[in-house]
Amino acid sequence: MSARRIRDAGRRLGFTFDGRRYEGREGDTIASALLAAGVRVVGRSFKYHRPRGIFGAWTEEPNAILDVTLNGRTTPNLRATTEMLAEGMAIRSVNATPTAEADRFALLDRAARFLPAGFYYKTFIWPDWHLFEPRIRAMAGLGRLDPANAPAAENSVLNLSCGVLVVGGGPAGLAAALDAARAGENVVLVDDGLVPGGTMLHRDADGPERAAFLVARIEAAGGRVLPRTVAWGVYDHNLVCCWQRPEGMPDRQLRIRPGRIVLATGAIERPLMFPDNDRPGVMSSEAALVYLRRHGVLAGERIVLAANNSHALAVALPLREAGAEVTVADLREGASIDAVHGGKGVEAVTVRGRRVEADCLLVSGGFTPTVHLYCQARGRLRYDEAICAFVPGEPVAGMSVVGAAAGDFGDYAIVPAWPKPQAKGRQWIDLQNDVTLKDVALAARENFRPVEHLKRYTTLGMATDQGKTSNMNGLAAMAALTGKGIAETGTTTYRPPFVPVPLPVVAGRRRGELFNPVRRLPLEAGHRVAGAVFREYGGWLRPAFYGAGDAEAEIAREAERARQTVAIFDGSPLGKIEVIGPQAGDLVDYNSYQTISTLKDGRIRYGLMLTEGGAVYDDGVTVKLADDHYVVSCSSGHVPNVALRLEEWRQDRFDPARVFVHNLTPHWATLTASGPRAKALVGALSLGVELDDTALPHMAVASGSFGGGPARVARVSFTGDRSYEVSVPAAAAPALWRAMIEAGRALDAVLLGSEALLLLRAEKGFVVVGKDTDGTTMPHDLGLSGPRDRRKGEFVGKRSLFTDEAVRPDRRQLIGLTVADGGPPLPTGGHAVETAQGKRRSTGYVTSSYFSPTLCRPVALGLVERGLERIGEEIDVFHLGGMRRAVIAVPCALDPAGERLDA
Amino acid sequence: MQLFSCPFCGPRDETEFLFGAEAGKRRPEPAAEVSARAWGEHLHFAGNPKGPAREIWLHLTCGEFFAMERDTVSHAVSATRALRGGGQ
Repeated sequence: MSARRIRDAGRRLGFTFDGRRYEGREGDTIASALLAAGVRVVGRSFKYHRPRGIFGAWTEEPNAILDVTLNGRTTPNLRATTEMLAEGMAIRSVNATPTAEADRFALLDRAARFLPAGFYYKTFIWPDWHLFEPRIRAMAGLGRLDPANAPAAENSVLNLSCGVLVVGGGPAGLAAALDAARAGENVVLVDDGLVPGGTMLHRDADGPERAAFLVARIEAAGGRVLPRTVAWGVYDHNLVCCWQRPEGMPDRQLRIRPGRIVLATGAIERPLMFPDNDRPGVMSSEAALVYLRRHGVLAGERIVLAANNSHALAVALPLREAGAEVTVADLREGASIDAVHGGKGVEAVTVRGRRVEADCLLVSGGFTPTVHLYCQARGRLRYDEAICAFVPGEPVAGMSVVGAAAGDFGDYAIVPAWPKPQAKGRQWIDLQNDVTLKDVALAARENFRPVEHLKRYTTLGMATDQGKTSNMNGLAAMAALTGKGIAETGTTTYRPPFVPVPLPVVAGRRRGELFNPVRRLPLEAGHRVAGAVFREYGGWLRPAFYGAGDAEAEIAREAERARQTVAIFDGSPLGKIEVIGPQAGDLVDYNSYQTISTLKDGRIRYGLMLTEGGAVYDDGVTVKLADDHYVVSCSSGHVPNVALRLEEWRQDRFDPARVFVHNLTPHWATLTASGPRAKALVGALSLGVELDDTALPHMAVASGSFGGGPARVARVSFTGDRSYEVSVPAAAAPALWRAMIEAGRALDAVLLGSEALLLLRAEKGFVVVGKDTDGTTMPHDLGLSGPRDRRKGEFVGKRSLFTDEAVRPDRRQLIGLTVADGGPPLPTGGHAVETAQGKRRSTGYVTSSYFSPTLCRPVALGLVERGLERIGEEIDVFHLGGMRRAVIAVPCALDPAGERLDA
Repeated sequence: MQLFSCPFCGPRDETEFLFGAEAGKRRPEPAAEVSARAWGEHLHFAGNPKGPAREIWLHLTCGEFFAMERDTVSHAVSATRALRGGGQ
């Protein structure tokens, strides 16, 4: 028998570990429950499959990493020491088959001398590491992921600001918080325990009472105390991110922006170095005190306490009072641990040559201040010989460190007990990563001497505990091996998070649909009633096509009818950015490749927008309502960025008091009627607009009214057919939609989705920017060289149109492609290829390809080198190993004369 | 997460801001008189200083561009200023 429960209070909680049933008590952590139940081997080590027991009592625990199933969900790699026991938990050890007690890979430990640090890098080179990797991963590692465990996006992210944030609710933190609260500051204290108090909860008998009293005083003075909240990282400008685990609610992330930070994060006890110092039953002395005082669990009946410092040696008394027989090995007086006997648990300890029967060996190599957050904030540590530890050096702006975290250990006496490189036997430095003193010596021999190299070569200080118990011994060992001092050897970089944080807490609600929410049309409900199938286009959820039939057939039906009767299309997401003021014309001209301001009032011009690098950024029409009033349209996905670039030049280049940019896209809904019967449909809407072609020709705009509100009718065509864009305030969209469907009934109208519109555009050779162009396409590659050749004055991208690259004769140019082999439509993305001297070379690619129901043949667009001078040439199109034949044609396959615009 | 102070709106999270450019950069024009080298440097080169920097940023929430002086190493912001006067 080893550990036992000496204070039996609280409700009984049933759980299983590695298939066996046990009972714990309410208030137990998994670790205290396992300890009280007499379970000594709680896992197998990462690499050698050595039996391991519980070492610590809180976030520092290196060994007791477990997979926990509760309510049908398995969460991997939870630390037994920080998880509260719950009724019905099924707990399984990791890296052990079938159980931690009887692990089938235990034999690996016998081969340990052949498995030093870096073994894998050196050994599994030939023929290929990937052949070995799956097997090695199965034998070494941590828990298993449960594919069924897909937590809902239920974790909130809360932002807080306060005057003072105190991290840590131990004696120093509570005192600092009370001082600040009494001084009238807005104080928040976060503590990672279930209740604040830190070491007060176990070091003094009346500690819990005093801690509760202090919390009440802080709250009475206006401070806030947040238990179950661990500060995991300090980021720029002192943003502190915390993981809060409130009772009965999903975990939350707190993002706290304090005026100043007080770190009162305490210290963590280090292990001692001796042969087989990783045996189950070897435990931190502080942890034994936690289990005794907080959980009523005595770590052993016959305990050896080996320590080099006064704090740890003081643990002997309460253990004795609880009924344990305690043998003290005081390293300050020359005592040493020579050997630990017992494979799966301590059975005896040889102290200074004398064998002592024991079931538990408590160790303390001193305390290491918890300086993670200070170091994350770029604080620099200083080595303090008096307490054998690194402590915060120069202060960091907006941050102070108090209590044990600052190296203030009170009445404390310690002698160094660092690893001795010449020591015999296998001595573990890092329990979690199975790194021994010999591995550190090997790293030193192979010249991985800086601590950052040591960490990467041996994995010392990696994984879930990030070396909370091992880093100091590791760097001290290297210091001894290299003859440098500990101060000069230094520490590795501290990075967030301080503890492993579940990713759902980091992500918060920004997952799934909310990760990048789609924008929705005012008419979405109407489209759904009409049977629309929705897809995302440029961030907008839009009807792809209507009808429950085969997608391709429905799209072909829509495209064909649109050319015969009249199509109704929802173009609401298209940009409607108003540019207003005396300098409006100058701004839209600068923005556009084509000059806009020369238009007559009420007229519209199609144009391109370029990047400063000369590439086509977007296309669209700009409406000139008056000299000082323009409406810039653009692709739906580009609206925010086009508005931004207009705003940038408004402020940077023009007089912001004389021109304004106002993005009205979401305020107006636009429904388009396109096709031979479009005029009849729009005429039936009684918009009060003269629709006669002399009054409202192609590329003209008129104002009218609809349902008592304003309406704007623009003759712009994205299909090549006669078209009317009717824009009304978004609230009037449903009424306009109903009116157009009603008017369309007698005209055999068809609802047109985005897919069919893309097909109609391809028939006409109208480019879709980003699909039929890429980041190198310039306007003259699309056959639009007029403004480049003739336009005076500056516009965005102008100079770039005359660089050596821009004037190359072999640029890829937009062309049409017809199928020359009688086959189906060409594959989109297929490459135009030519073969010279046996080498095949791409000269461009197919950008859009459809079967045109109107032309009864495939149509395609592509970007091909020198394409415009190669019209009529037959080329090869290569795609996924197959070869097709195609003929280069003009981009416009339907109605090249444009007669349908006024038909 | 950095905290920037918009001259018009006060301190806000960095997610509300967009980097514009290094301050003091002028667009070379007219195009016909700009050498390829000068244009290439305008497009593709930046001082990218280590330490103190003057930059133009946009506060997306209010739409105002402003000048910010900050340290690219320590991330300390020393000043933010409206470009044409006004602001706080």
